[in-house]
Amino acid sequence: MSPRVTLAVAGRVLRQVRRDHRTLAMLMVVPCALISLLWWMFEDLDPQLFDRFGPGLLAMFPFIVMFLVTSVTTLRERSSGTLERLLTMPMGKLDFLLGYALAFGLLAAVQSALAVAVSVGLLGLEVQGPVWLLGVVAVADAVLGTALGLLVSAFATTEFQAVQFMPAFVLPQVLLCGLFVPREAMPSVLEAISDVLPLSYAVDAMQELVGAADTAAVWRDVAVVACFALTALALGAATLRRRTP
Amino acid sequence: MMKNVIEVRDLVVVRGSREVLPGISLDVAAGVTGLLGPSGCGKTTLMRCLVGAQRVRSGSVEVLGEPAGSPPLRTRVGYVTQAASVYDDLTVVENLAFFARVLGTDPGRVEEAVAEVGLGDQRSQVVGSLSGGQRSRVSLAVALLGAPDVLVLDEPTVGLDPVLRRDLWELFHRIAGAGAAVLVSSHVMDEAERSDRLLLMREGRMIADGSPEQILERTGARDVEQAFLHLVEGQEGAR
Repeated sequence: MSPRVTLAVAGRVLRQVRRDHRTLAMLMVVPCALISLLWWMFEDLDPQLFDRFGPGLLAMFPFIVMFLVTSVTTLRERSSGTLERLLTMPMGKLDFLLGYALAFGLLAAVQSALAVAVSVGLLGLEVQGPVWLLGVVAVADAVLGTALGLLVSAFATTEFQAVQFMPAFVLPQVLLCGLFVPREAMPSVLEAISDVLPLSYAVDAMQELVGAADTAAVWRDVAVVACFALTALALGAATLRRRTP
Repeated sequence: MMKNVIEVRDLVVVRGSREVLPGISLDVAAGVTGLLGPSGCGKTTLMRCLVGAQRVRSGSVEVLGEPAGSPPLRTRVGYVTQAASVYDDLTVVENLAFFARVLGTDPGRVEEAVAEVGLGDQRSQVVGSLSGGQRSRVSLAVALLGAPDVLVLDEPTVGLDPVLRRDLWELFHRIAGAGAAVLVSSHVMDEAERSDRLLLMREGRMIADGSPEQILERTGARDVEQAFLHLVEGQEGAR
């Protein structure tokens, strides 16, 4: 592993994203637009509902978006032969994975800063805990999404398949994360499943942060999310093979 | 007797249910060696073994005295795959600058490599907008960055016009002249005469090995294509 190579990979990924203006605009604008839509939808019904659902959405954006972007870009690296070429060069597998995590973590930080600024500044989301901690949670979610995206890209052979992993891997987590039905109110089997899904902890962290100012609980959730991300990165490293059949 | 840069012994590679290389042995020394044979004869698989990208069943592959693909070789062996392995959404120079950082080579090598493959006018163009031949030259330039001791080039001249092909072969000879071993594969037999030494391959086996003149003399053929046919017919007659 070498910081030089890790930074080279991260810099190159960011340059590719910057070149793609449309993707960059979507990454930054879509979360802000969706959170505004959520606020508007609840505006006449019960403004309190925005405080309940808003934080969950802030946790989901970085996770879902980075999962999708990463699974497609790394699949492209695998199929274009650039990954094979890099693996014949002095590049450690971790350099590759951490380079991606770093690049998308940075993008997520900017993305979340915008979404949080809109939520708190314009839409009146009341955050009890420190606002900067929202950014930390968002980056942890993004790294988790990136790590899972890297992992599943190993099991896809086409971009179509990679995109299909989103409903397969991500939507169940969205349904069971406690946003629609509180987790303790679910059938016990589903609650047990929810307990081992990383997005549950990501959403919980955001809700804790917004609802109660208990930062210890938030850090505990962030630690769980980070553990999931590290496990996924380690498994992802195992799917990067210098020698292939 | 020149020292061998590449030594392959009894190499067996199975892909799926097919034995692509059924036990091949060969030596490659410095100079330009042409690896010729029809599509599907195992050239690419053999080259992937030399750079350590191919899982092998048995046998040994050594490059510069080290097992193929081992860490000390990763800066000393340049590899160009058949499809251009570069980033389409980056410019020529951005691609090279990235790979130069991964290799840890002097950034000054970027402009030199661009010049070596004759892409000076396209240096700031996005690779995706280049022609097929230009893209494969970007891929070649990446392999030249580290000034490697061994260059493994899988069909680098396919689809190029005759002038470019001639220029690239001159480049291969210049690189070999500086002491490197350059292994170039092709399925176009008329490229053979440009090599210092030829390896003719068919169905995972070497059917001839020698300088172009030696092979022509041995088979009594007019050109390498004839020699290849002659050898294949001889092989089948012997069955």
